[in-house]
Amino acid sequence: MLRFTCGVSRLSSVRRQLCNSLLESSRGLAAAATKPPFDKILIANRGEIACRVIRTARKMGVKTVAVYSDIDDGALHVRMADEAVCIGPNQALKSYLNVDKVMGAIKQTGAQAVHPGYGFLSENMVFAGKCEEAGVAFIGPPSSAIQAMGDKLMSKKIASDAKVNTIPGYKGVIEDTDHAIKIAREIGYPVMMKASAGGGGKGMRIARNDADVSSGFMLSKQEAMNAFNDDRMLVEKYIDNGHHIEIQVVADGHGNVCAFPERECSVQRRNQKVLEESPSCLLTPETRKEMQRQAIALCKAVGYQSAGTVEFICADDQSFYFLEMNTRLQVEHPVTEFITGQDLVKEMLNVAAGRKLSEGLLKIGPHVPFKGHAIEARVYAEDPFRNFMPSTGPLIRYQEPHAAFIPDGDSPEESYKRPIRIDTGVDEGSAINMFYDPLISKLITYGADRRESLANMCMALDAYVVKGLGHNLSFLRDVCRNAEFASGHYSTNFIPKNYPKGFQGVQLTAPELTHLVTYAALIHKARTARDGSINGQISHNSPPDTSKLVVVLGGPKGTPYSVNFTSADTAEVEVDGKKTKVAVGNVDWPVESVLLQGTLDGEKEALQYFGGSSTGEGYEVAFMGTYQTVIVRTPHEQELSRHLLPPVVVDHSNTLRCPMPGAVISVAVKEGQTVEEGQQLAVVEAMKMQNVLKAEARAVVKSVKCKAGDVLKVDAVMMEFEKKE
Amino acid sequence: MATAAAPAAPLNIPAIKRQFRARLAEAEEQSRMGGGEARISKQHAKGKLTARERLNVLLDPCSFRELDALKTHRCTDFGMDKDHSYGEGVVTGRGTINGRPVYVFSQDFTVWGGSLGQAHAEKICKVMDQAMHNGAPVIGLNDSGGARIQEGVDSLAGYAEVFQRNVDASGLIPQLSLIMGPCAGGAVYSPALTDFIMMVRNSSYMFVTGPDVVKTVTQETVTQEALGGADTHCSVSGVAHVARDNDLAALKAARELFDFLPLSNREAVPVRSTCDTRERAIPALRRIIPQDPNIPYDMVEIVSKVLDDNNFYQIMPDYAKNIVVGFGRMEGRTVGVVANNPSSLAGCLDINSSTKGARFVRFCDSFNIPLLTFVDVPGFLPGTDQEYGGIIRHGAKLLYAYAEATVPKITVITRKAYGGAYDVMSSKHLRGDVNYSWPGGEIAVMGAKGAVEIIFRGKDVAAREAEYADLFCNPLNAAKRGFLDAVIDPASTRARLCEDLEALRNKQPLSFPKKHGNGPL
Repeated sequence: MLRFTCGVSRLSSVRRQLCNSLLESSRGLAAAATKPPFDKILIANRGEIACRVIRTARKMGVKTVAVYSDIDDGALHVRMADEAVCIGPNQALKSYLNVDKVMGAIKQTGAQAVHPGYGFLSENMVFAGKCEEAGVAFIGPPSSAIQAMGDKLMSKKIASDAKVNTIPGYKGVIEDTDHAIKIAREIGYPVMMKASAGGGGKGMRIARNDADVSSGFMLSKQEAMNAFNDDRMLVEKYIDNGHHIEIQVVADGHGNVCAFPERECSVQRRNQKVLEESPSCLLTPETRKEMQRQAIALCKAVGYQSAGTVEFICADDQSFYFLEMNTRLQVEHPVTEFITGQDLVKEMLNVAAGRKLSEGLLKIGPHVPFKGHAIEARVYAEDPFRNFMPSTGPLIRYQEPHAAFIPDGDSPEESYKRPIRIDTGVDEGSAINMFYDPLISKLITYGADRRESLANMCMALDAYVVKGLGHNLSFLRDVCRNAEFASGHYSTNFIPKNYPKGFQGVQLTAPELTHLVTYAALIHKARTARDGSINGQISHNSPPDTSKLVVVLGGPKGTPYSVNFTSADTAEVEVDGKKTKVAVGNVDWPVESVLLQGTLDGEKEALQYFGGSSTGEGYEVAFMGTYQTVIVRTPHEQELSRHLLPPVVVDHSNTLRCPMPGAVISVAVKEGQTVEEGQQLAVVEAMKMQNVLKAEARAVVKSVKCKAGDVLKVDAVMMEFEKKE
Repeated sequence: MATAAAPAAPLNIPAIKRQFRARLAEAEEQSRMGGGEARISKQHAKGKLTARERLNVLLDPCSFRELDALKTHRCTDFGMDKDHSYGEGVVTGRGTINGRPVYVFSQDFTVWGGSLGQAHAEKICKVMDQAMHNGAPVIGLNDSGGARIQEGVDSLAGYAEVFQRNVDASGLIPQLSLIMGPCAGGAVYSPALTDFIMMVRNSSYMFVTGPDVVKTVTQETVTQEALGGADTHCSVSGVAHVARDNDLAALKAARELFDFLPLSNREAVPVRSTCDTRERAIPALRRIIPQDPNIPYDMVEIVSKVLDDNNFYQIMPDYAKNIVVGFGRMEGRTVGVVANNPSSLAGCLDINSSTKGARFVRFCDSFNIPLLTFVDVPGFLPGTDQEYGGIIRHGAKLLYAYAEATVPKITVITRKAYGGAYDVMSSKHLRGDVNYSWPGGEIAVMGAKGAVEIIFRGKDVAAREAEYADLFCNPLNAAKRGFLDAVIDPASTRARLCEDLEALRNKQPLSFPKKHGNGPL
């Protein structure tokens, strides 16, 4: 958006920008002039990562082939690719994980190389091997490296041989409690005692002193025996408040390895990363350099090629230990790209074609410098209000927050620097289905420093419209508001520590509530003016007064905030006798549009508007991660509202009844099971249509009165429930 | 001739006028206060606003012009001659909603329980007559205990006078009823004759006979709310069209509904400004319909996306959900939408959805509101319930209504259009003005499996099924015959419909003189 109304200095910046873009396109021409690494590649993946790879391939002049399962017909990655091949039914095992089907698609299309993305076949040695056999370049590491790093014990051995820090621990079998105490003292407390056959936390105990070891060792051993029929125990150093920090590397077949700045991935929920950032607030430049040096050493030791990630656990005192190496392009790679300006997929393609890493990278490597700070948030179709249950269905409304980053005419300097990147495989109308990962997108923001990238993240989350299924945007927003997260000093313990009872929803502060009600009143003003635009009016009509309004939060009998627009740029908000002045800046809301962008008290904010409520008064809005109905009344209406009775809460029936005559296709729950609101209970088919019946509230299934194949009449009782608070 | 009589005190006209002014002020005050403070408090305690308070919310501020504030009854039986109340338990007059004129009556439960006597009825009739003559809608706020028993047959006569005017006004001006308290016995039939009934949850009831009589006659025990509350009538009986949680919400919803309606059948639909554009492409519509024809989707979302500002005002959203009907705007002008909804009963037509659709189509046709029909219908619902209930008779209502309608009719087949239901849903053959299908449309007599079993008597079903599906489960055959005007890109649906609506704005329907048709009521 070029605005030529701006002043001279701005024009010069516009010109500068034009020059930049010309430079870029000439660079693009230069790139096109050099021969692309391949003519055509196949992307053996789906969703955002397939789209991500296609984007770079296209830039490099490489044709792309997408593969898809039946349900992905017409998906974004299929539409983006030059060609697409259907590789089978919805189940990943029969399509995306089916090596023969993928190999068939490669043969059919004559693709010279295959990019596996992450997940699916990305770390599958068999697949990498078959590619090598067929003379198809695998855009990833050699199968030998996948194998070496895939085995946890072997990878640790290689690492320790390469002088990479590994967790101190006793690798042999521990005889008894005394032996365990002796070893624990040698390693230094705290230690972790765990089953050698390990997994799932069984037989795992942390000991902080001798007493813990004596009381816990035999118990762990017993548990290990019960769980794995193998009671061999290990003792390792335990890192308190550990950080999950990883180093991105790229290596070519010519002995070049470059290590990138670290990514901090400590915000995890049940071992699933939630937010990642780069760089970490923890590492000193010296630690970073040492970590990078060790990562490079490891790569050299295994003859690594392509992109990979070396994961470390890092303690507050900067000590760090090797965990494992991921031999693929990782989900969170964009944060690294954002702060270094590099394209990792481009490097992968070049390396796979036997070329060297790109000149630009080699010039600045092997310790790749960075500028600024980037954060990535993983937007999942998981509902934090329903215990993070995956949610499926179509994205009825889906609007990415790019609009919030097109600055107004005030600062054209900014208008060309979009500090936001969204990697996604969906668009409006696409569906998230039960067959694959429920990732909607990766939202990445950039800033000159962490504070700025975090502020951008908050704005982006607020302006990100996702409707139709449950998603974790409000949870992400809450983490971004968290003081500990904002400080940058947090560990893998962050979520258990800050959300001991799960996610309870965002709690807005008093000033934020003041802004919310001011926006609600402004929306009402704009709507009232629009309502007055109707034709057929009689002459003695005067427009209604909207200078004084009352906004009620929390239902028809909720808390009233009186909003008094005392001048064009001031609102006076009063609640519980306390008055606050709000400076009303620019507020941009084309009436009824979903996104409102405004500046109140100098703060740029975004609010989402979803129209009028269908049961009562008021508007449905989303603000800073909260979803609510705001009621706007005239003072007179507010006065009358004191006579209203509080709404009667409808008691959800404790039974699930068949909504139509039909046949039961499947029953998804068992007696005694706890179900969350919205969880699938059963599928009933009527008129050949499969209707998914979902739980209306959190409850325990008391009895199931139907089974698959039953033919039911309308209102037949299918299940009974017991309430659960 | 009287002569030389002692002269009476000279007539003190100024004093008489002064006294009258005081009396008038008192009468006006009494009229304004209705049943007095104690009864107003009782009304409030039930969570209900008073008749006047309601009008203040319904109408634009300061726009209400009252009529007959000083009207009283003329009944003398049962000591009624000593019990006058100015205003007669109903507040009537006219006002504006967003500047457009509307006639209103609002029954006052604080005066004799809002009971309807002769004078009360006369007041209602007066505003209805004026509304018909002047071409503006009527909104009635009902809150009445029923007939004024003291007045006997006069009260019944009053009801009938109102009923007759409801019928006279039907199709002439839009009539809205808000049920905001009791509405029982014969009183229910006035709202029943109006175009739309809105109810307030937990404070309004409509029934022909109340719970006490029900108990006596059928031994059933039932609460007022369960027998005739808002949710009952909006989701079970289909008597009412819109339910809201409280008086304020209901009155605001009535304002919103009013803005969609033309003032009378002499006028075109209203136009309101919008930020939405004709050109807005909706690529999401290309993929929002599931590939598997047996997977449902919510038609409400499709309709909302096509309409201005994503705004779809549903009528009867909780009744016969297999069809959705309601109002929206296209480029600021009102349209009526009828659409099958696959997310309920596969979107089939049954008794309830047919009557729901038929009534709505007839309303739109009466008031020059163009009809947009979105079709995804697998057919009529089979079964003894439906046949015994008269699906033939009731299904014919929707067919009749569409065939009779002469307003612009535009149809979009989003997926299935099977069997007789295809014909019914505003097909080309019922003089649809513009008929489209999306590329995924399936137009055939029946689904592939059933068809093949009949044609080939069950031989080689699987292979034949594929052949049949390939041949008929697409919109090509209908397009070849001109039964579809075009197969369109779903993303362009809004733009196409806006253009068509503009082209059809001056549609002059053919009609032949007759008194009226004889639809299958």
